[in-house]
Amino acid sequence: MTIVYTIACLVALGLFFAVVLYFVAQKFKVEEDPRIGQVESLLPGANCGGCGNAGCRAFAEKVVAADSLDDFFCPVGGNEVMARIAGALGREAVEKEPMVAVVRCQGTAEHCQKLNRYDGAPSCRVAATLYSGETGCRWGCIGLGDCVSACEFGGVHLDPRTHQVSIDTGLCTGCGGCARACPHHVIELRPRGPRGRRVYVSCVNQDKGALTRKACTIGCIGCGKCAKVCPFEAIRIENNLAYIDYTKCKGCGKCAAECPTHAIVATPIEK
Amino acid sequence: MKKTFAIGGVHPHDSKLSRQSAVEELPLPETVAISMAQHLGAPATPIVAVGDKVLVGQLIAEPSGFVSAPVHSSVSGTVKAIEPRADLAGNPVPHVVIEVEGDAWLPEIDRTPNFVGDMTLSAEQILARIKEAGIVGLGGAAFPTHIKLSPPPGKKAEVLILNGTECEPYLTSDDHIMRDRPDEIAMGAQIMMKALGVGRCYIGIEENKPEAIKAMRIAAIRFGGLEVVRLKKKYPQGGEKQLIDAIIGRRVPSLGLPIDTGAVVQNVGTALAVYEAVQKHKPLIDNMITVTGRCLPVQKNFLVRIGTPFSKLLEAVGGIPENAAKIISGGPMMGKAISNLEATTVKASSAVLVLTEKETKRRPEGPCIRCGKCADACPMGLQPFLLYKLAKMNRPDEMEQEKVFDCIECGCCLYTCPAGIPLLDLIRIGKADVMKIMRSRKK
Amino acid sequence: MSNLIVSPSPHLHGPESTRRVMGDVLIALLPVTLVALLCYGWSVLILLLSGVATCVLCEYLINRFLLHRPCSVGDLSAIVTGVLLVLNLPPAAPWWIAVVGAVVAIGIAKMTFGGLGQNLFNPALVGRVFLLVSFPVLMTDWTIPHGLLQDHLPSLSAQVDAFSGATPLGVAKEGLGAGSTLQELFAGGQFNWNMFFLRPGGSVGELSALALLVGFLYLLCRRVIKVTIPLTIVATVVVLSAIFSAVDPARFTGPLFNVFTGGLLLGAIFMATDYVTSPMTTLGQIIYGVGIGVIALCIRYFGSYPEGVSFSILIMNCVVPLLNKYCKPRRFGKEAK
Repeated sequence: MTIVYTIACLVALGLFFAVVLYFVAQKFKVEEDPRIGQVESLLPGANCGGCGNAGCRAFAEKVVAADSLDDFFCPVGGNEVMARIAGALGREAVEKEPMVAVVRCQGTAEHCQKLNRYDGAPSCRVAATLYSGETGCRWGCIGLGDCVSACEFGGVHLDPRTHQVSIDTGLCTGCGGCARACPHHVIELRPRGPRGRRVYVSCVNQDKGALTRKACTIGCIGCGKCAKVCPFEAIRIENNLAYIDYTKCKGCGKCAAECPTHAIVATPIEK
Repeated sequence: MKKTFAIGGVHPHDSKLSRQSAVEELPLPETVAISMAQHLGAPATPIVAVGDKVLVGQLIAEPSGFVSAPVHSSVSGTVKAIEPRADLAGNPVPHVVIEVEGDAWLPEIDRTPNFVGDMTLSAEQILARIKEAGIVGLGGAAFPTHIKLSPPPGKKAEVLILNGTECEPYLTSDDHIMRDRPDEIAMGAQIMMKALGVGRCYIGIEENKPEAIKAMRIAAIRFGGLEVVRLKKKYPQGGEKQLIDAIIGRRVPSLGLPIDTGAVVQNVGTALAVYEAVQKHKPLIDNMITVTGRCLPVQKNFLVRIGTPFSKLLEAVGGIPENAAKIISGGPMMGKAISNLEATTVKASSAVLVLTEKETKRRPEGPCIRCGKCADACPMGLQPFLLYKLAKMNRPDEMEQEKVFDCIECGCCLYTCPAGIPLLDLIRIGKADVMKIMRSRKK
Repeated sequence: MSNLIVSPSPHLHGPESTRRVMGDVLIALLPVTLVALLCYGWSVLILLLSGVATCVLCEYLINRFLLHRPCSVGDLSAIVTGVLLVLNLPPAAPWWIAVVGAVVAIGIAKMTFGGLGQNLFNPALVGRVFLLVSFPVLMTDWTIPHGLLQDHLPSLSAQVDAFSGATPLGVAKEGLGAGSTLQELFAGGQFNWNMFFLRPGGSVGELSALALLVGFLYLLCRRVIKVTIPLTIVATVVVLSAIFSAVDPARFTGPLFNVFTGGLLLGAIFMATDYVTSPMTTLGQIIYGVGIGVIALCIRYFGSYPEGVSFSILIMNCVVPLLNKYCKPRRFGKEAK
């Protein structure tokens, strides 16, 4: 008999709560566009913020609310995901070139002499607000790894010995998290390039050539040789620093061969 | 009865090594480089050109903006360059470089040691004189003094507080000026009282400076309205908010200004500079700098012209010792580590401190053991461990709820943490973020 | 001269370090441990060795092979846990009891939460409670091993004989359950001052209130702990038991008896004050202390266990995150209007 009572009681309780929950759910139901969930499910779900929104959900809400897809791009998902979203919403997606992060500094200890020792919190931002840095160059990579912790995809590595930052292009999604985390803006997003061929100036030092040279043997001294040799007029010198415009660069690599300080990097063509 | 502030604080070792060494005048260097950004606010604009001859005390740069201060030449000679030079942190700042030739002063500056006790100027004239002399707060923040002495509309000053606490370990420059020139400081206080229109002035001095307390007490008797308050030794007693709490028992409201309690706080060094500016026509061109540290053979107090390289100061005590690991401009709790020894002194420089690796190296960071010692030590009643965590996770909203903007960056939390966690380093960054957000919201 | 160091201020650091704090706790535990060694002899030494060794080894192995983190044994916290665990065991317990307790304390209560600073519960107490519920007979076997002192101090032997077999709390609980009154059970009075100096029976660390208080004074002098938590616990117990015993002296034991028997002092001084598992602000600490006192006394008076200090501390440990969240320190200055 006890068993029967117990079961009956439990069933009654269960029914009661089911009814209560049903009404509560009805009362607090939020009306929303079902397409938001649909778009969200198409997104990578990394919530990296690379698109400029708080997360994938926020991106989905904005995409559904907007009239066209022109201003939206998910750097992680790339053209493929955008095409799928466009298909789901019946709109046109803009093709964008896939981007990758590049580190514009090669100032390891062998090139860039250390003048003091930093002993604060291991954070680039703390060091950057404190002073000009451990070397004579106040522009380049600080080497404390804010970009490493900012990367949601494990694509940034810090060599524990040289404190040189490298990007794993296989893992990099081009979200730009590392570029935003870098207080010296050493990291830049550039197109992956045809067959992985990227040519860029790996230096951000805007000091005069002599000062740069004194601080670092592999820095850009703004001599302008690269600009002269470039057949596509893709290189300009501003503030004693060469910059290669990736919209014009064809990746011939003539500038890299010409650079007297080897500050220009041309990545090898992938087979 | 000894007074002190109510919340938090730490007791680092006194280490006033240079207490008994008399003040010396540092020989003039061959060149000085005078920074244009010696004060809080907009840098001054140079008005001299390369090749100009200048005299000691001559105006070389004008203020640009409301919160700014003029700069005067501290030496006589030829302007050699006007260029950006690295400051003590290695960042470029505009400097006027002057090659020293002789020591010719502007004729109107009264260089006699005579005490000038008569004062006929009105409050406006006093403020104008202070502004012209380029006087800034010498306690460390270098806020232009004339602005601090002109309370914003609607606020009324009731009392002037002179800060003679010198609560940072090692420093003895304020101690020495109080012992050597109490009458001038008291007169400076009188001048500022007149400018503010207040009748009462307290001089707060920590108990570890008995000679200074005695000297200032004798001086206070000579002038009306002055009272010396003996304070217990506790850091950060010299913080404006803490000092007001210790002396008149009022608390500056959160996000408020000291004037909200009716108090204006000035450093004793500032009082001396005000006296010299108003009574002797001498602009702010030199200051007292303690050169100290256990690893130095001697510890000294120097009267130094502004713009002297730090390396010269260290040479004067026999050079940098072999075991020196860190050189600090200012006290060990709030001073700045110098990465460039060719940088030059500024108006608010108070000390050059040399520490060894053992004295200053941070201990390796361990896990937080939740002892709560940082919260006990925080003089603002904040919870540094929590702020640190929030700063690390980059949560400015929650940091604002936890009142990170109240942080005075005194360093008590980091000093006291047994696990060696860099609390203040990250809180400072988080605070800057929160302040930026709050400012943009106001607009 | 090597390169200068550059760092944000402050440039000086206080003398305290995690290692020094833990070392101070160990020094504070020294008096009671020594007294226990003298009184109980080899069996306590074996317990100590096996307990501490297991704690240290456990932490080392977990760091090395499971968490792949640098070894954290150097901060001495594992040794403190080991010693505290042994002080909470009966002196006659076999050595493997200490080993099992240590594995639970370090392996489950400490390292699964992420190591030092992350654990919610006091590891030593989790170890003890685990043993108490798993091996109730062994954990309440209050046989007193023969130590060095008994041979030389006849008075002590007499005292030992008087107490052997049961703790006063056990006597009270059992006797009251059987229907006797306290007056019948403790004909010679509930408390005498011998108990303050040396009272064999009960856990290792409950041996001498005096030795515990010496350790307490040392911790206070070194500013390792503040007086708040121990004081509120003891005060709560004293006040509550005074009220209860005044109302019904036949059923409820008195204040002195409650303070100086069982693990109250050991718990209040060394277990409840563990930094990691106690609140950080004074207000939080007061609430925490009162909570422990109330719960401990309730278990003693109304529960089925004769002693409740361990349980009460563990229960209040659960509340600590909430207390930390809602009890803020006194802030400087009011809001500006």
